[in-house]
Amino acid sequence: MSDTLLRISNLKIEGRSDETWMPIIKGIDLELKKGEVLGLIGESGAGKSTVGLAAMGYTRDGVRITDGEVLFDGVDLVKASLPDKRALLGKRIAYVAQSAAASFNPAHKLINQHVEGPVRHGVMSRAESEEDAIRLYERLRLPNPQEIGFRYPHQVSGGQLQRAMTAMAMSCRPDLIIFDEPTTALDVTTQIEVLAAIRDIVDQFGTAAIYITHDLAVVAQMADRIKVLLRGEEVEEASTEEMLSHPKEEYTKSLWSVRSFKRPAKPAIQTDTTPVIRLKDVNASYGQTPVLHDVSFDIHEGRTVAVVGESGSGKSTAARCITGLLPPTNGTVELDGSALPADFRKRSKDQLRQIQMIYQMADTALNPRKSVGEIIARPVEFYMGLKGREKRKRVDQLMDQIELPASEFYDRLPSELSGGQKQRVGIARALAAEPKFIICDEVTSALDQLVAEGILKLLAQLQDELKLSYMFITHDLATVRAIADDVVVMKDGRVIEQGPKADMFTPPHHPYTDLLLSSVPEMDPDWLSNLLEERGRDNVGDMATDKMA
Amino acid sequence: MGLLTLFVVSIIIFTAVNMLPGDFAQAILGQSATPEAVAAIRRDLGLDQPPITRYFTWLAGVLQGDLGTSFAQANFASFVGEDSGTRTTVADQIAPRIKNTLFLAGVTAVIAVPFAIGLGILAALYRNSAFDKVSNVFTLTSISSPEFFVAYILILFLAVLNPWLPSLSNIYDGMAFSDRLEKTMLPALALTLVVTAHMMRMTRAAIINLLASPYIEMARLKGMKPMRVIVHHALPNALAPIINVVALNLAYLVTGVVVVEVVFVYPGVGQLFVDSVKIRDIPVVQACCLIFAAVYILLNLLADILSILSNPRLRHPK
Repeated sequence: MSDTLLRISNLKIEGRSDETWMPIIKGIDLELKKGEVLGLIGESGAGKSTVGLAAMGYTRDGVRITDGEVLFDGVDLVKASLPDKRALLGKRIAYVAQSAAASFNPAHKLINQHVEGPVRHGVMSRAESEEDAIRLYERLRLPNPQEIGFRYPHQVSGGQLQRAMTAMAMSCRPDLIIFDEPTTALDVTTQIEVLAAIRDIVDQFGTAAIYITHDLAVVAQMADRIKVLLRGEEVEEASTEEMLSHPKEEYTKSLWSVRSFKRPAKPAIQTDTTPVIRLKDVNASYGQTPVLHDVSFDIHEGRTVAVVGESGSGKSTAARCITGLLPPTNGTVELDGSALPADFRKRSKDQLRQIQMIYQMADTALNPRKSVGEIIARPVEFYMGLKGREKRKRVDQLMDQIELPASEFYDRLPSELSGGQKQRVGIARALAAEPKFIICDEVTSALDQLVAEGILKLLAQLQDELKLSYMFITHDLATVRAIADDVVVMKDGRVIEQGPKADMFTPPHHPYTDLLLSSVPEMDPDWLSNLLEERGRDNVGDMATDKMA
Repeated sequence: MGLLTLFVVSIIIFTAVNMLPGDFAQAILGQSATPEAVAAIRRDLGLDQPPITRYFTWLAGVLQGDLGTSFAQANFASFVGEDSGTRTTVADQIAPRIKNTLFLAGVTAVIAVPFAIGLGILAALYRNSAFDKVSNVFTLTSISSPEFFVAYILILFLAVLNPWLPSLSNIYDGMAFSDRLEKTMLPALALTLVVTAHMMRMTRAAIINLLASPYIEMARLKGMKPMRVIVHHALPNALAPIINVVALNLAYLVTGVVVVEVVFVYPGVGQLFVDSVKIRDIPVVQACCLIFAAVYILLNLLADILSILSNPRLRHPK
């Protein structure tokens, strides 16, 4: 018997859009040996997840396999009957989804979902599987392995859920696991724990894996071989080492170079100028729970202040205080040197106009029933009082600024735009008010690297033209490196460290800044191993426990 | 909250009932009544008082558990000479009827709820299949036909052509449970047909709505059978809307069954209600309305509580 576990040949998949079938995957070959980890990378829309699911013989609604073979251990999953496939799924091939929070059933406790596979497939008894679950939780360094399984998904944090899902995938000791962007939704510091845990357990049981991601640095840590996909076709495939050092194709090289966008730092701030926005000892709370403690920082004209920290550190809350959505319990927010009313309802139209926001999820931030033109025209009319032809002229001008010409895009609905284009519409809507200051809340974190880079360049260019000031909320330090002038590091509702970017990225750091910086994956296959060694294995586990408390 | 609603409802009921043209005195004495006799009866029943006074007298009585005295059952002091002291209260009159109505509603619920939800689950499981379409057409037909039509069809098939069940549901106190159940069966079946469609379609829609969720995909990718995916993974998350529709239909079973009761001559509240409206027996009408409102509010409250209990996020906050 050969040691090939999975062989996909000439796989073609179509997806339905408006009654016609469009090709999504145009003939992919893939081979995986027992115990091998293959990285599958590409931008969104490249068909990575579709291939991953097809490797399980599964397609989503509105998607069909039209040609090709998926041979898993001699069984063609394309032709296999549903009961035959069900006997393999979960038992010999398992799946770890991108969002564990959405993929765990909210109605059942973790352990019940964990034991379902082994019990239903007749691999273990319920009691055996429960014991095994606790051992797996322990091995994945989940805090309180004895008890965590008896919680409901909503009672467990995202990083822990992702590990619990890996444990669940392991429950039947499968031969193959499909990891579909398992760390994309996590903070850098949490990502490391999950990556380390996954790699550990895959090594331990000799499980083969397909690791799907758009993050090259992550895949470099996990995979033996890397395959690059673009629009449903293979670009190239090579061993991880070779792929990183000698990418052959132009496209791969362009992926590699995305992180190189960097704008020159601006000169230091003159001390006598009045900042556009100043937070002075701002405290805020949600109900009785205090979430911000004495937060103070300034944002000067024409500059970008990046506010970084993990989720829950208070970045977005600070933004809510500035916009007046969450009135601070204490402290003031100043605009051009004069204090703003705490509540946005008490601010004048002009004060409201000066502060605009761009949101993380462009999908949900745009009214799905209005056309792009109408969305941008609304603030033009509301804030600037323009009507009729003048309004239209201004909208056209704004659409030119975001490089979506009105002739083509004015009448389109948000659902007819790509993620990057939607985010551009969000930018135009903010610009329409002609503000001084824009809050960018994780505006690039839902986008692919190439697209994100385009957005960052656009923002930088607009800043130079219009002397805008940005507050850039992000947890991605690569973005900070690219666009920020000044950096504010937050943790648990407090400002830990702040200063010009150059100072922040040169040691010595505050220990927390150091932790954040060192957690950003690098394009070095040994990075994770070295880092874990440096930090000491046990420390990683301790960090998780800290977060629990 | 529920009590406040009930209070508002009591005002509306009182106003509406008092806006009915004619009153009890006229209705009972007929065309040739002398003005003196009408006035005497009005005085006796307190109908000569202003509406506000009458409302508060009534409300005070209700709060003390006294629903008043039925006009029709009252002995009129002006005619008899003195109060004989043997008045039948509204409560006495309604109590057995309520019991009957609740019995009918209970029997129907025991049949209809599992039937509708089961059908909904199967329709979701075999969605877009012939079974799905047939059950949809069947339930929709039965809900869109008038109730009396459904009732007569059932009588035709189950009582006349095949004499399996009695077509008259004249139940009375002291009847053996099995007899009572047998006599109730036909109206219960008729009501089942009427309420099934709504519950079944909601069950189907609520489940199908969830089938695109990542956790359903996960269950499929774990190799679970379609039936288990639906019942174990989708249904628990679809309970809240289903519970609400079930509550709405159960409330209907108590408050909206007049037609079916009349067809089967079933001695329930509905019949009493209609009779009382005919003769302007205001205390009985008011009491019936109040009970209907209370049932409605109570069942909706129950639905809210059950919805909360079915959601682990609300049951176990972080």
